[in-house]
Formats: sequence, C-alpha cells, structure tokens
Amino acid sequence: MIPATRYPIERLTLPNGLRVVLAPDRSAPVIGVAVVYDVGIRSEPPGRTGFAHLFEHLMFQGSANLEKLAHFRYVQGSGGTFNGSTHLDYTDYYETLPSAALERALFLEADRMRGPRLTEENLRNQVDVVKEEIRVNVLNKPYGGFPWLSLPSVMFATFPNAHDGYGSFDDLEAATLAEAQEFFDRYYACGNAVLSVAGDIDVTETVSLVERHFGDVPARPAPERPDFAEPDLTAEQRHSYVDKLAPLPAFCGGWRVPDPIDDLGAYLPYVVLAEVLTDGDASRLVRRLVLSDRSVTNIGTYIGFMGEPFEVRDPTAFLLQVQIPADGDMEMVLRTVYEECERLAADGLEAGELARIQARMATHLLRDTDAVLGRALRMAVLEQQRPASTGAQLLNQLPALIAQVTEEQVRAAAATLRPQRRALVEVVPGLGGTQ
Amino acid sequence: MTVVVPDLRPAGTFTVPRTAERTLANGLTVLAIQRCAVPLVELRLRVPFGAATLSPSYLASSALLSQTLFSGTSIMSTVDIAAQLQSLGGALGAGVDPDRLLVSGNALASGLDRMLAILAEVLTDASYPEDEVTTERERLAEHIQIAESQPAHVVRVALLRRRYGDHPYSVQTPTVPQVHAVTPAVLRALHADRIHPAGAQLVLVGDVEAERALDAAEQALAGWDGPGTDDAVPPVPQPRLGPVTLVDRPGSVQSSLRMTLAAVERRHPHHAALQLANLIFGGYFSSRWVENIRENKGYTYSPHSYVEHSQAGSSLVLSTDVATEVTGPALLETVYELGRIATSPPREQELEQARQYALGTLQLGMSTQAGLANLASTYASFGLRLEYLVEHAARLGAATVDDVAAAAARYLAPARALTVVLGDADRMEAALTTLAAVERTTVDEVLAA
Repeated sequence: MIPATRYPIERLTLPNGLRVVLAPDRSAPVIGVAVVYDVGIRSEPPGRTGFAHLFEHLMFQGSANLEKLAHFRYVQGSGGTFNGSTHLDYTDYYETLPSAALERALFLEADRMRGPRLTEENLRNQVDVVKEEIRVNVLNKPYGGFPWLSLPSVMFATFPNAHDGYGSFDDLEAATLAEAQEFFDRYYACGNAVLSVAGDIDVTETVSLVERHFGDVPARPAPERPDFAEPDLTAEQRHSYVDKLAPLPAFCGGWRVPDPIDDLGAYLPYVVLAEVLTDGDASRLVRRLVLSDRSVTNIGTYIGFMGEPFEVRDPTAFLLQVQIPADGDMEMVLRTVYEECERLAADGLEAGELARIQARMATHLLRDTDAVLGRALRMAVLEQQRPASTGAQLLNQLPALIAQVTEEQVRAAAATLRPQRRALVEVVPGLGGTQ
Repeated sequence: MTVVVPDLRPAGTFTVPRTAERTLANGLTVLAIQRCAVPLVELRLRVPFGAATLSPSYLASSALLSQTLFSGTSIMSTVDIAAQLQSLGGALGAGVDPDRLLVSGNALASGLDRMLAILAEVLTDASYPEDEVTTERERLAEHIQIAESQPAHVVRVALLRRRYGDHPYSVQTPTVPQVHAVTPAVLRALHADRIHPAGAQLVLVGDVEAERALDAAEQALAGWDGPGTDDAVPPVPQPRLGPVTLVDRPGSVQSSLRMTLAAVERRHPHHAALQLANLIFGGYFSSRWVENIRENKGYTYSPHSYVEHSQAGSSLVLSTDVATEVTGPALLETVYELGRIATSPPREQELEQARQYALGTLQLGMSTQAGLANLASTYASFGLRLEYLVEHAARLGAATVDDVAAAAARYLAPARALTVVLGDADRMEAALTTLAAVERTTVDEVLAA
C-alpha cells in the first residue's frame, strides 16, 4: 500500500490575474512562501545567454519601496532564509520563515512584483557576482557544468533548447539596463506568476493578506509562450571534449521522452524506469556495471537536465550519467546499458522489483515536500505548468500515479532507449597526473 | 508615499518536541521523537569511532568500512540488503568523520521494524565479502582521485594541516595507496573492535509513537553486544600562527581563500555570543563580509563563515572563492572586517537582526522529520538533548552588545587567524606579500604530506 499526502490545497486567482495556492499545515510554526514566474533559460534572447539568471540576481537588488540589501535583511531579520533559482521553464523566488513573518514575506514579494530597482551600478556588480558564480561552479573545477550545460547543445538544434543557460561572459557583460527593464515588462507580469504559501497559516486570513498586498499590483497579462518543440533525433549525435581539470573519464547520454505535461501517463514510466535502472545496489545497472562487471565507478539515470522530473516542460530528456575508471571503455559500457535495456524490455521485471521501486519513490516524494518550502515550490510550479483541472493538486496524487505505472509500461519505455535516438557527450580527462 | 514594512506578529514561546529516551542493557542510547507530518521514519545511528581514525592506516580502513558495511552478511548479499530496504520504501548508508561512524536512512513508517532488523543484522554480522570489498576499494580510490582534483577539497586539506598540526584531526582523507592496502580481514578486525553499542546513540524520528519506536529498537538491537573501544581524541591545539600558506594551482581562474580561528564548544558560556558575532561578521547573507566583498565589490559569489564543532574542539572557518586578480584586495577586506568587529561593538540593530535569524532558523531546523533527526543525533553525540536548544535560545535572547563585542574581540581577531590561499600563485603572490608573509607550496606537496 503506497501512502500519499492529503495536504488541503486552496487555489484562487486575484482580479489582476495572479494565481495563488495555499496549503495550510499547522504542525510546526513555520511557513514557505514562493513566487514562480513563467520564464526561464529557454526564453532568453539570442546573444544574451545567461540573461534569465542574471535578471534573477537583479530581483534581489531593491524594489519599488526597498533599497538594495533591504530584502535580505527583512527576511533574515525575521528569522528566515531566502533564495531564488533559474530553471529551463521558470524562475523562482522564495523564503521560509517563522509564521509570525507571514505578512512581511507577502509584502516583500509583492514589492518586487511591482518592479526591481534597476541601476547601472547594481547591474555591473551582479554581472561580476555571476561571473564568480560561474567560475566556482563551472570553470575552476573538474566536470564543471557536466552534463547540464554540455548535453543540450548536442541534443537540440534550436537556440532556446541548446544554449548554455549560465551564459558566456561576453553576453553577460553586454547586458544593458534597458534589456533588463524590457525583460521585466514582458515576463514578470502578475498574470505570468504563481504565489504559493504552505505551512502554519489560516486560509481566510491569508487570503485577505494576499489581497491586501498583491491586489493593487497592476494587471498585466502573461505573454504568449513560444513553442519550443523539436523533433526527436533520428541518428546518434556525439560530442567529445577535453576537461583539463578532470582526472578520470566520464560521459552522459540523453534520450527524448514524452511530453511531461500533455502526456503525463506516457511520461511517468520513464521516471520509474530511471529508478529501476540505477536506484541503489539492487538496481539493474548498478548490479551489472558496478558490482558485477566493475566497468563503471558511478552511474545514474534521471529525468531532466536539472534533475526535476515534475518541474519541466517538453522537450526534455532521460539522462544517463557515468563515471568510468582511467582504463574504462565507454563503448563497452554503452553496449551493456543497451543490452540491459533490451533484456528488461524482453524479459520484464523480477517478482517484487516494480513494487519495491515504487515504494522507494513514494518515500522520496513524501520526503521532498515534508519541508514547507519544498511543498510551496513544487505546488507553485505544478499550478503554473499543469492544466487547471489538476494544478497544484497533482502534489497529492503523484505517489498514487507512480504506483499505477505498470510493468508493461516500464518495458515499453526501456525499449525506446536505442543508440540511434541518443545524444552523447564524452569528457576526456586532461589532468596530467602522477597517479 | 511612505510604505511601512509589516511588523512581525508576536512569536510564540520557543518549544522543542518531546524526546522519549531509553538506554538499553547493552549501552545503546535510543532517542525517539514522534512527528506525524508524513508517514515516514528517519533513522540516525552514531557509533563513537574515536581513535579509529587517528593513524593513517585506520583512516583508510574506516573510510572503506563505511562503504562496505552494507555489502553483505552471512545470510544476505549486498543486493538482498538493498532490495529488502527498498521494499520498505527505505535505504540506509554510512559515513565516517574523525569522531564517529554515522549510519543514516529512512523508510515508510510501516517499515520501521524490518529496517531495524536489517540494521541489527548488519551491525552484528557484516561479512565484508572479498568481491564487494575489492569493488568498493577501487571506487573509493577513484572518488579520492576526483576529490584531489577539486580546489575546495585541496584547500580544505591544506587548512586542516595548518589548523591542527600534529593533532590527529590534521588529516581526514586517506591517500589512494592507503586505500589500496586495506583488506577484508582489516575491515572485519576494525568492525569487531569498534562497532559496538556502548556509547552509541540511535535516533528515530517520524510517524511512529515514541514509546513504540523505543520498543522496536530494543527488540531489534538488544542482541548487539560487546564493549566498544573509544579512545578519547586529545584536545585540539591552539592555531599555530605563521605566514599565509599559498598553494599554487597554475591556471586557476579563482583563488580559494580560507581562514580559521579557535572557537568554543556548545556548552561554553561564550558560545551564544560567538554565534551572534559570527553572524554579524559573515555567518549569513545579511552580514558585513558578504555586503562588502560580494554586494559592494563583486569579488565573489558565496562568502561564508561558520563554526565547526568536533569532539576535541571547535573552530571558526571563513570560506570564499574570489577572482584571481582581486585576491589581495579580498584578503585585505576580510582582515578589515575581522578587525572591525573585533575592535568596535556592533550596532544594536545588527545584533537584533542576527538574533532573530539565529532563533528563527532553530525553528526551521526542527520543522521536518529529517531536520529533527539530524539535530537530535548531532546533539546526542555531544551528550546534549534537544532541551539544550531551549537554554540556548534563552542565551541568544539575552546576549547584549557588550557580550557580542567581547566574543568578537576574543574569537574573531585577525591576529589569531590562520590563512590558506589556493590559486594561480604567479598571478597573485605579489599582492598577498604586500599584506602578509607568504609561504608557497604546491598541490602535490599538500596532497602528499
């Protein structure tokens, strides 16, 4: 029996178009507050790689009524923590705080929804900060940005899907204030946003606080979302590069999967398949490649370049990420992965195999959203990306939907991971070592 | 128009959830907390490893033991263990630090009894099979090889060596050759010597009535026996001051700057004031150091300072990665901010903001099953219970500007700090030498020593 959550979820839309999701849970005196805007890396203009992320930084640099640094101080001085992050299809801004700070948090998010304080000085400062972020996370360490920055350009042909979402230093340095204002005007409309609050709240009171603080944010409609669709690969695409800092070889593969939103039923078997293949020592590829053949050091399979299966739109991918020993043989490992997928497709699962995977996935789903902030974030994105018929309610339904995936569906998914549909990136170690 | 930022509502009294506790006849302490939010249970087991990590050969064998503890027993294979845990919606894993072995995991609450039975089986009958040990030995060696290529790891190795000198804490990662020398027989002997219930703490948090969780633990683990060996680690020395250690990593596009100072443990009367002084300096985003070198000057992405507690002593650590060309200026600003807080008292408003943050994040940390389990387990390993947090919250609430200024003068004085910088030395050594004496070394020397 797979357990589920029964979080009560209230959904409403303000007259200005802002969608709101509330999930009361009085079990601890804390709240999570999230505002998600329907714009991400895929919507960046050509020549401005990294702009969505740079703009996210600018949303912390002061707003309609607040000086630079004030946002940080109000949140942390209320006993809370905050952050923001930029994804392929959305950008989130969030805080988690003691529930005594509910109204303050709503005020802060409403204030920047009215507009950030864009100044040349703050823009230049944050370009510098973002460059250091890219240096520490990508340029100064081995396997930096692998595979989320390196695989899309091999898998996709169009700029929105293929480009480097962290951005080139040239593009970042060329960004202007006028472009930032334009980006805000176009994408940061309240009709393009979802506000969610989870945790220690009274729904009636919270609705009136939301109306008080967000009700007079000027109504602006959501821009039309472009179609980012691309055809599946018909022949394998490969790219190989030398990582001067890497001591050992690695590679990743990607295969397109069904539309996570419009075709959820066909998509979920791939989410389950990823766990069948690599979740723990009892999984198929770990048993075969790590424990039996000893041909890989680490292997993982997951959905989506940023590893979030339920917070991404089409097109997205099933990813295989592998670390191999210095004398490892990538081609042999690829053949073995294919062989195991064919075996799974032909022979099916062992007795009890699917049920234990589904039980573990239920634990992950429940655990991810035990924190009020995790819950607020996932609900906001579900509300934004899913049809109105489910929206944030999907949070409570996911464990059961995962449990309904059948063996036949997992076998059929495994059968699609064929070499000619895959994109492949190989990291050649460039670190001259003494070892 | 003047817009007023809404005030906070009055906060409730700070309380902690009730912990049920039982010490079993074999010496194992079991703590259980019921939190029903989701139908899961979190498990943490800490076994004192004390001097097991003191000598270099033990360092490698304890690291490999943690990777092979779940690799099989006389009746279960590594795959059996993983599959059975998975059928409970569960998983268990192990790790070591210089003080302890930590087993952690979670499962659906309905799987608690069976998860404990599997844990007991592993604790009393782990067999360290030749094949699995060989596999994991190679994997561990490769993980270390990759770690050694990461600037964050190398600068940490260099910092520990500077901070701890001859003390056992000075080396916390084995070398690849040391790992290659570990055999199954060594692991079995280490297990027999160290994996015992006396002095260990098991924490269970989740959707299980606390007394029932204690009963389940007693039922499963009463048969785990034998006296543990736990040699106390000697107290850590005061930092040995000296020149800045400059680790040359040619081609680095950033300099990894780390500093460390002696701090005090959680029960020390200065602990709360030091925590607040550190927050004001660089311990959270709204701090002076972050405002200066990130939000004002754009030198860095993520400067952060924090207090690190080990059994034998505590340290304050400053960590930031800065563009190579501003290495000198970044060190200057860091020393300036340390000196500023050490020599003049913070403003009342700065203290209030830090105090609210410290109190609020305590609440946040206790609001999930996993967070509660981590807190209860960490504190238990230092002989503390969650009730300690009530006293600590009161001390945070009572600390005055004078208390914080005194703690800053004592623990954040730049004259007491050790500094390590890793980066492209040819591009920034000259700038560093204008500020301090510098002693240059190489990555290979750091990793080989």
